[in-house]
Amino acid sequence: MKVRYFAWLRQRTGVAEEELPLPEGVRTVGELARYLGERHPRFGEVLRTPGVVRFALNQEYVDADAPVGPDDEVAFFPPVTGG
Amino acid sequence: MIRVQAEPFDPGAELTAFLARCGGAGGVASFVGRVRDRDGATPILAMTLEHYPGMTERKLAEIESEARRRWPLADSLVIHRYGRMLPGEPIVLVATAAAHRQDALAACSFLIDWLKTRAPFWKMEETPAGARWVEARASDEEAAARWVLAAAD
Repeated sequence: MKVRYFAWLRQRTGVAEEELPLPEGVRTVGELARYLGERHPRFGEVLRTPGVVRFALNQEYVDADAPVGPDDEVAFFPPVTGG
Repeated sequence: MIRVQAEPFDPGAELTAFLARCGGAGGVASFVGRVRDRDGATPILAMTLEHYPGMTERKLAEIESEARRRWPLADSLVIHRYGRMLPGEPIVLVATAAAHRQDALAACSFLIDWLKTRAPFWKMEETPAGARWVEARASDEEAAARWVLAAAD
């Protein structure tokens, strides 16, 4: 699967994107975030504060309970600030 | 029409082209968002907009479709830049054309309000003290939410 990070979350992980196999035991976007939080502790820190990290699954906004599969693209980012 | 681009654009020239394209529509409304030069007492030296390529275009197209579902528009245009830009440079242009001004004005306001809370862009400001990411504002969420309530009426 492909995982992408944007804005200051990208700075916290130090990578814009990474490819990885679907981790064992991970069924939802929220579980994937917690798994990646252990790989990138500075990303893991901010997951503890609700609402700071938003999720997209295949380029659509989703909640933490959205199911993920091995071919999905998941993105993590802070609330948007365009316009 | 949706355009997401790194290159600068000239709002005057874009609006002239839009006016020519939208034919006889009697009302045209537009909004230009620019890089501000200060945030309170803090000077802003530059701004960088990051975006999510692909999802940005998809979200903007959805927002434009929603505007055209809600109001009888002859035409609409959203141009949004990404990358680094200087104070005064245009970031975003929204233009709407309709037979009547109320529809053009409301749709234009809706487009910018929804874009600010739904399109995946992130602003980073450069100040004399260093760079900082702009935080999402509750007032932007409230401005977008009023259109959800308006649809429920």
